[in-house]
Amino acid sequence: MPELSLQQALNLALRHACEDDDRVLVFGQDVGTLGGVFRVTDGLRDKFGEHRVFDTPLAESAIMGMAVGLAMHGFRPVPEIQFDGFSYPAIDQIVNQVARMHYRSRGVLTMPITLRLPSFGGIRAPEHHGESLEALFAHVPGLKVVSPSSPREGYHLLRQAIADPDPVVFLEPKSRYWHRESFDPTGDAELMPPGTSRVVRDGRHATLVAWGAMVARCLQVADLAAEDGVDLEVVDLRWLKPIDADGLAASVARTRRAVVVHEAPLTAGLGAEVSTLITERCFDDLRAPVQRVTGFDVPYPSGALEDEYLPSADRILTAVQTTLEYRRG
Amino acid sequence: MHHADLRELHRLMLVARRLDEEAIALQRQGVLPAYAPAKGQEAAQVGSAAALDLARDFAFPGYRDLGAAVAMGVDLVAYLATHLNIWHGGLYDPRASRLAPFNAVVGGPVTHAVGWAMGATLDDTGGAAITYFGDGASSQGDVHEAMNFAGVYRLPVVFFCQNNGWAISVPTGRQVAGGSVAARAAGYGIEGVRVDGNDVTAVFEATRTALDRAREGGGPTVIEAMTFRMGPHSTSDDPGRYRTLEEEQSWRDRDPLVRAAARLTAGEVAAAEDHATEVVREVREGLLALEAPPAEELFSFVYREPTKALLEQQRTWKESLDA
Repeated sequence: MPELSLQQALNLALRHACEDDDRVLVFGQDVGTLGGVFRVTDGLRDKFGEHRVFDTPLAESAIMGMAVGLAMHGFRPVPEIQFDGFSYPAIDQIVNQVARMHYRSRGVLTMPITLRLPSFGGIRAPEHHGESLEALFAHVPGLKVVSPSSPREGYHLLRQAIADPDPVVFLEPKSRYWHRESFDPTGDAELMPPGTSRVVRDGRHATLVAWGAMVARCLQVADLAAEDGVDLEVVDLRWLKPIDADGLAASVARTRRAVVVHEAPLTAGLGAEVSTLITERCFDDLRAPVQRVTGFDVPYPSGALEDEYLPSADRILTAVQTTLEYRRG
Repeated sequence: MHHADLRELHRLMLVARRLDEEAIALQRQGVLPAYAPAKGQEAAQVGSAAALDLARDFAFPGYRDLGAAVAMGVDLVAYLATHLNIWHGGLYDPRASRLAPFNAVVGGPVTHAVGWAMGATLDDTGGAAITYFGDGASSQGDVHEAMNFAGVYRLPVVFFCQNNGWAISVPTGRQVAGGSVAARAAGYGIEGVRVDGNDVTAVFEATRTALDRAREGGGPTVIEAMTFRMGPHSTSDDPGRYRTLEEEQSWRDRDPLVRAAARLTAGEVAAAEDHATEVVREVREGLLALEAPPAEELFSFVYREPTKALLEQQRTWKESLDA
């Protein structure tokens, strides 16, 4: 089994997708010669040619509009927008066009588009290079939203996203691009049927729910808690829309306590949706209100303050303690 | 149509005109909630769309392009179903008719045409895309991004701007710096032409030339058809607030239908009138017979396969009906 970084695993997924289906097209700013600023598309143009893998002008809205036209022509576009904060100029195309064309055309026109979006913070990037947009995209009917937490998840989820007949926004956690893992790219797809979450660590006392880079942080927290005899379960949501409500409920029904952890600001973040789903399904099982540990309702801060913004192990442990010590009033 | 056939072009324009008048009447009668009149722009719309090869080309309309739908032979009841508020995008089959679903974001479809044209290039199918937009839409970023993109890749796309003088209440002079959309083409390294948008054969020839150039690898073209919207922007606006009767009168003298009819025999014009009357009657009957889609369709077509959450919402909705 090869050891691959997330960035290499995504590259491999794109290679395999291009090999399996010659309608798959990879395009965006700097994805060709440079191989993408994170090298996720490295070597693809040499292998598949500039008709399959091409650089675009610096025009986010046109990149997504192009994807719509290419999909109408029968292709499976995999556009990249270079950084999360630069997807805002393309929001009209994503929301008003990509997400609605299937509905507008009464199912005649399919939009099998996978928008790859280097996302989230944790790398001390300049302004606009670290945003958490999952709630924004998950709110839009017609879109699906996915975020991988590891190389293995990255490979399989990207293959699933590209194979999906509907538009998928694929949020790549930048801070995890260089994390390495050994896995069999061909052998373990059955571990992750589309639309499912995954229990990445079993535990009895509470469930931590996370996605993207926060999964790794929650696993660290679980290790720390274990030293104090607290046994935490960690669920990687993976699909942020549709959310695997059944999988979530199954975990929380076992542990009876839940803490949702995300990088995005608190208010109207995806944590609100997740905790409501848990409350709706597990109200009688819950021993404490669902806790949220998130970024704050501030613009994404400069690198100097990033560690204050991101959910830290301490903040997560405090929330765990709150839920464990909760007593009905 | 490979060569401009004035008799046929006039016939199509007359259908568009009479149908436009009927749509306004239906709006006044409370049948259509709203409508965007196209009167005065028939030559631009019919002339350009008639030049398409429907076996391989594709058109991307705005919301004021009834004449293009007429010339392309689109099911007109299904087309007008959008204005009847039956279904966004209409009920016609965009793939079969070669006309994209009707879209109210005026600059948005311009980028789709560029993507489609790139698809035609990759497929080597020889098709060209045409996209319709107005002088107002030409102020939008998407139109600039699309033109630049098409210029860089020399894609087979025709940017067809109907400059009808007004973006709702704002005149072209306050909308387009320099006063010309066609002139912008030079900045993207593509052909830009202006054409008398009320001369249907001139529009046909200009579009045919642009499509031929596109197919031969000559790249995109911006065609700016100079025309005039004789009516209001929509059935809820009042042009008396922003333009003069003299201006409207001066354009009435250049009515594209009158100009085309002047080159035909009285018998040809009379036959076209009879044909248009018949089409309008059929469309009117079809529209009045259209029913709202089954309520379950509220949940259809969001995804290829509905999500569990959507099915649950549909079930809850059904239960609320039965309660």
